[in-house]
Amino acid sequence: MTKFSHLGRQYWPTLVLFAFLLASWQAAVSFGGIREYLLPAPLSVWNALWHGDTSWGQHIWATTFEIIGAFFLAAGVGVALGVAIAWSPLLANALVPFLVFVNTLPKVAIAPLFLTWMGYGIFPNMLMGALIGFFPVVINTAVGLSQVEADMLDLGRVFNAPKWKIFVKIRIPNALPYILSALKITATAAVVGAIVGEFVASQRGLGYVIVTTQSSMNTSVAFAALIWISAVGLALYGAVVLVAHLWAPWAEGID
Amino acid sequence: MTSRLIDLDKVGMIYEAASGPVEALAGISLSVEPGEFVSLVGPSGCGKSTLLRIVAGLRPATAGTITVAGREVTQPIPDIGMVFQAPILLKWRTILENVLLPAELAGKDPGALRKRAFDLLEMAGLHGFADKLPRELSGGMQQRASLCRALLLDPPLLLMDEPFGALDAMTRDDMALELLRIWGERDLAREARKTVLFVTHSIPEAVFLSDRVVVMSPRPGRIAADLRIDLPRPRTVELRASEAFGRLNLEIFRTLTGRAVGATSS
Ligand SMILES: Nc1ncnc2c1ncn2[C@@H]1O[C@H](COP(=O)(O)OP(=O)(O)O)[C@@H](O)[C@H]1O
Ligand SMILES: [Mg+2]
Repeated sequence: MTKFSHLGRQYWPTLVLFAFLLASWQAAVSFGGIREYLLPAPLSVWNALWHGDTSWGQHIWATTFEIIGAFFLAAGVGVALGVAIAWSPLLANALVPFLVFVNTLPKVAIAPLFLTWMGYGIFPNMLMGALIGFFPVVINTAVGLSQVEADMLDLGRVFNAPKWKIFVKIRIPNALPYILSALKITATAAVVGAIVGEFVASQRGLGYVIVTTQSSMNTSVAFAALIWISAVGLALYGAVVLVAHLWAPWAEGID
Repeated sequence: MTSRLIDLDKVGMIYEAASGPVEALAGISLSVEPGEFVSLVGPSGCGKSTLLRIVAGLRPATAGTITVAGREVTQPIPDIGMVFQAPILLKWRTILENVLLPAELAGKDPGALRKRAFDLLEMAGLHGFADKLPRELSGGMQQRASLCRALLLDPPLLLMDEPFGALDAMTRDDMALELLRIWGERDLAREARKTVLFVTHSIPEAVFLSDRVVVMSPRPGRIAADLRIDLPRPRTVELRASEAFGRLNLEIFRTLTGRAVGATSS
């Protein structure tokens, strides 16, 4: 209860500013003669959001599915590669230069290739999101697995614990906050990747909606799509933060 | 006939550092009997931690031989308890889970040791804290928890590296008494007690706890003196005010600072 009133006290200036900006925007469009296809008024966006002819459900669903898929793909592959790197110096030597190279590629430029290879569909877009989002997970996993106090590792050796046990009981929990912290970046990257994928080639999704509105000059629908994208992105980000809080409460303040 | 648990013969250690070789220890010969409480004092950087790690088999020495319980040490030795300067508790585990960690690492059934873990926590004054996370405890309490962890598997040999170094003076004196109680000063025969190798830079702490105080010289660490502490046991708070206690303190202080020829008693 007090927590919420505290939040209210902290954020009321934000809310006031937001309301003011919305009102000015609406006024500028209504009375300032700005054309709706350039900058739709907030009320038109609101209408497009709820009452337009766009069947939002299928688009939101397609994009959300891509984003979540991209997120878990990036998380899974990222953690696996991070573990491989931390586990074996040989694998580290083999993988790291390669991964660094992949990371320096402008991933967006690969999107058309995905179209060539995989055609239209949800999967290439998912893959694009994963490609953009996996690298921080690899790095943070590897770092978190290695940044264990030397004394702690000595303690493991004192009890003659096998390497896998040190991994499971000490290194992996130690890496968890690092991984969760990277996953916040991945959550954002997954959204970018999915939308970019849809821009290049798709028949469904919020990115597709934005592209189609360009030709129809239906800019208010593009704005509405943007709002849906932010909503999905924020929900995913919030979920990651919440999971991090519940799963690794000891790590508060690491990132 | 003297039985020996730890036997170091001309042990030397040279680290290969980036800036060149660092000679940390030279010609360390030392033996410790079972049940003995031996402290190592010496200036910082003289190789005390190195020596402890070598005894534990965590680092190989570059010269000499190390024998523990009749076996030459070439790898981490079993059945020891190790306490470091920092508590190094796993911050995601409760205090109880931290104390039980050695069982899990050593492949023993932690369930069977729960009762013992609780008893140790009780004895260390932490009975209400079993389910707390380390960050909810003060530094002194965390260090007591790490002592419980070291004692879980009832090791006959305890290696302690400045375990009370981070504590304030009062907590520190309390912990010293606590340690002697756990060691069985009052209720165990000498042979039944654990052998303790205790590193400290506090002379009074070394005198208060030990049967013997080994004084080390600055780098490379050599043994400058090996003094028997013939103060009566059980040691009490009053002992700290006694003349004999003061004299031993002074003697060690002089050996350490080189202001007089150190008297060796062995
Ligand atoms: N891993 C290492 N590499 C190089 N030099 C080391 C290493 N560990 C310790 N030393 C050096 O060896 C000497 C003894 O260190 P240490 O055993 O930690 O001393 P103490 O515990 O008595 O303070 C120091 O001069 C230290 O700098
Ligand atoms: Mg040291």
